[in-house]
Amino acid sequence: MKALLLRDLRLALRSGGGFGLGLAFFFLLSVLVPLGVGPEGGMLGRIAPGILWVGALLACLLSLDRIFALDQEDGSLDLLATAPIPLEAVVAVKACAHWLVTGLPLTLIAPGLGVLLNLPPGGYGWLVLSLFLGTPALSVIGAFGAAVTVGLRRGGLLLSLLVLPLYVPTLIFGAEVVRRGTGGMALATPLALLAAISLGAAALLPFAAASAIRVNLR
Amino acid sequence: MFLSLSSLAVARGGVTLLQGLSFRLLPGQALILRGPNGSGKTSLLRTLAGLQPPAGGSYHLPPDSVAYAAHADGLKSTLTVAENLAFWARIYGGPADGDHALAAMDLTPLARRRAGDLSAGQKRRLGLARLLVTGRPLWLLDEPTVSLDLASVALFADVVRDHVSKGGLAVIATHVDLGLSEAAVLDLDPHRARAIQSSGFDEAFA
Repeated sequence: MKALLLRDLRLALRSGGGFGLGLAFFFLLSVLVPLGVGPEGGMLGRIAPGILWVGALLACLLSLDRIFALDQEDGSLDLLATAPIPLEAVVAVKACAHWLVTGLPLTLIAPGLGVLLNLPPGGYGWLVLSLFLGTPALSVIGAFGAAVTVGLRRGGLLLSLLVLPLYVPTLIFGAEVVRRGTGGMALATPLALLAAISLGAAALLPFAAASAIRVNLR
Repeated sequence: MFLSLSSLAVARGGVTLLQGLSFRLLPGQALILRGPNGSGKTSLLRTLAGLQPPAGGSYHLPPDSVAYAAHADGLKSTLTVAENLAFWARIYGGPADGDHALAAMDLTPLARRRAGDLSAGQKRRLGLARLLVTGRPLWLLDEPTVSLDLASVALFADVVRDHVSKGGLAVIATHVDLGLSEAAVLDLDPHRARAIQSSGFDEAFA
């Protein structure tokens, strides 16, 4: 399993691996939104939590179809399915690798982009915390969507349509944590729900995704 | 360790292709599957590899005993030859003797090359070298000699012969004469479920 994780990280970091695509998208969005919204006092700071969360979510979505489609194209997925590692573990490891190359870097650069969006000073810690707790759910739910669409040529659009509704709760609670954090309000409830979504998804979806892959490989 | 099939039926896309397959393969035996394109060779191998359920009948083989080599080699073009092989060796937890596998398929000089820079035949040899690092007793080989030159076919036949002589098993779907005179041959033609009708597409538009 460690070998699979290391291989996926290495593939993502080598040229053409798609690492950086999501980050670049997140960066561009955060640079362009202030230019589009204009310098109206206070407006940008109010919408910053939502913009940052939407940006992170869409950046995550960009690289989802690579999770299984590349392995399916070159035959690795067939071979992994006959390997001694259970397919559930393969899904979990690949979702984890996806988080390490998208969710984690997004979380780390988010405070810097928060400055561009004039995020109020109280919100930075909560922004990092909410992304840290919420982006694993994005990767795991995305891996499930990728598993369902793995046999399809150009399944990217279907994957987006399938996954976006499932991302909505994470988006709502994630942005809510940051919004309440900047306003100094109580935020234990959305924070707990955000963590619960991530943990629940990580516990259950690998099994669903592995079943979907088994069906798609037939 | 043996492979046995009892009246196994194999389907592809909901259409039964082969039925009534019964044989038993013991350690030290190789079986060559023969049959025209579309006769179900690949589907049979995928069924035995556990990738699809049988359409009928049953087969028996010990768990975690299969090394499957499909049309696609499962290589990552941005990893080097040695890295590709080391990855599969660690996944299977078999003998991590990558050097031996490289030498057996005459790949040692290419070990540091990116797999994406290899020729089709060299990629194929790397895909077959993977079998050696799995440490699995039963090899399921689907057209293993595609894009191999004559020397490489002979090299590969030696590898299979060596594997079988050490108590391994091999089921090989091929159109090429591998020179494995000791291997049994199973003609799939009598087991075909029904003749695939020659496509009515042209007639419909005639």
